[in-house]
Amino acid sequence: MSSELIAVEAPPVSHRPTVLSKVARNWSVRLGTVVLALLVLIAVAAPWMGTVDPAVMDGAIMNVQPGVSGEFTLLDGHAIKHTFWMGADSFGRDIWSRVLYGTRISLVVGLFVAVVALSLGGVSGLCAGYLRWLDGVLMRIMDGLMAIPGILLAIALVSAWGASLTTVVVAIAIPEIPRVTRLVRSLVLSIREEPYVEAAVALGTPTWKIMLRHILPNAIAPLIVQGTFVCAAAILVESILSFLGVGLPSEIPTWGNIMAEGRVQFNQYPHNVFFPGIFLALTVLAVNMLGDGLRDTLDPKFNKRTGGN
Amino acid sequence: MLQFLIRRLLAVIPVLFVVAVVVFLILRLTPGDPAAVIAGNSATLEDIANIRKQLGLEEPLLVQFGIWFKGILTGDLGHSFYYRLPVTELIGQRLEPTFMLATCTIVLAVLVAVPLGVLAAWKHGGWLDRGLMGFSVLGFSIPVFVLGYILIYIVSLKLNLLPVQGYKRISEGFWPFISHLILPSVTLAVIYVALIARVTRAAVSEALTEDYIRTARAKGLPEVRVLIRHALANAAVPIVTVIGIGIALLIGGVVVTETVYAIPGLGQLTVDAVLARDFPVVQGVILFFSVAYVLINLLVDLSYIVLDPRIRY
Repeated sequence: MSSELIAVEAPPVSHRPTVLSKVARNWSVRLGTVVLALLVLIAVAAPWMGTVDPAVMDGAIMNVQPGVSGEFTLLDGHAIKHTFWMGADSFGRDIWSRVLYGTRISLVVGLFVAVVALSLGGVSGLCAGYLRWLDGVLMRIMDGLMAIPGILLAIALVSAWGASLTTVVVAIAIPEIPRVTRLVRSLVLSIREEPYVEAAVALGTPTWKIMLRHILPNAIAPLIVQGTFVCAAAILVESILSFLGVGLPSEIPTWGNIMAEGRVQFNQYPHNVFFPGIFLALTVLAVNMLGDGLRDTLDPKFNKRTGGN
Repeated sequence: MLQFLIRRLLAVIPVLFVVAVVVFLILRLTPGDPAAVIAGNSATLEDIANIRKQLGLEEPLLVQFGIWFKGILTGDLGHSFYYRLPVTELIGQRLEPTFMLATCTIVLAVLVAVPLGVLAAWKHGGWLDRGLMGFSVLGFSIPVFVLGYILIYIVSLKLNLLPVQGYKRISEGFWPFISHLILPSVTLAVIYVALIARVTRAAVSEALTEDYIRTARAKGLPEVRVLIRHALANAAVPIVTVIGIGIALLIGGVVVTETVYAIPGLGQLTVDAVLARDFPVVQGVILFFSVAYVLINLLVDLSYIVLDPRIRY
């Protein structure tokens, strides 16, 4: 126990191997990483995994049951042998292909939302924590943003801007910014009291350099942990946007879109909802497990800092 | 005390003001002409001109905000272009199902989560504790709509126990009313249970390490009384806080749950309004939900005074 505490509180450079090996030994991190690696593999290798073009409709295979083998007619009228592992939807599109290609959208949205939210929230948190004159105004704005339910704000932003990958990513990231800002601000407030920051100030180091070179590196671990949770939430919200019909256009294969299409005939063909649903739940679970494991190993004080959530 | 009350009440004002500014900007930041966005594809030039005039779009942005803000202060949230009704009236019509769903969910979640959290803290590291922690990770990961469809499939379609979808008002009889609400509430409660149980467990296990717990046990109080009167009562503040924070989660979940179960509440109104590009309604509902969220958390803050007599402002 005591050696673990030392590893976290000591300067990261000298003890880095210890921290990393601790992360690698955590079973939650391991499981989450394995599942995520599989999903990344699926996303990359989707074209070679017995899939067809996920947007092509073949009227002859409408509502085929899962596991049935048959023929799929391509756009050029050419028919190929194909097994419908997950059946087909009411437009005659292959669900297996759509689900596998849908992995790409979910992972990309999750990753980019985390990057956007962390960088914007990181910058505003650094400013709020270090530039005292900005703190009051900035945090009042963040309080206000936080009062708007995130999903509603994302829905409204996407519908105002029009749905594209960029607008969906930005719209999902904006409601996440206040929480990142609060986290970074609280980190900065404690780090800026450290002797090495004081030393840098005494040496006349410019403020921007202190923020980037001395304060930011020490806030990285909690930021990574927060980033995984933002990523999990983003994947969920993207699928909700698609499911409600306000996200990416319906011909783009996203898990939410497949489910939105499947729910019309849910009573007869529940598999159209369940297959993408299982992938979605698994993905979010994997990211959350990775986050939980990282939090326990990298940042044991995390819970106290974010108010026990 | 009075000073605290006044300060806490005043703190709500800047938050609500920022909410109003953001909600106002949602529409004004659209690329292109907001009037054309609102009017939709089938609108004539005359329609667009009318909308421009109604929203005061010829004026500078600040004046526009002034007009709009004065409206919401006097209870005028604008006019729905799709339903041809005042937005406040629309919200009033759709409020009941959402309110009932939210209330049922909170009651259900608290009744399940708090005892579970207390038991998990009591048997720290036991099978219930581990099971609960596993469940809470699962609860945060399983999407509301996936869970909703699993429940519909098993309970309604396979077992025929409960109606599949829809909503019945309480005036149409108690059983029809409650039977339509059970599945949506359970669906929505899962993530809430995960959240509340986690915090209850943490807060109660911390309270259990205190000296007064040992004293209570030493004087021979029954364990149930120790857990409830001494441990839980001292863990009340974080639990109530997380219930308040969780309202945001609940509101997001309501939108999805109402769509899955075809409940004609505010959530469905939002989705319909977005699809119809009926922006005054979208703005009105978001404003309504945000104000509700802020006020509920204000009540939570004020409840600390009752819950924890040690807190004196």
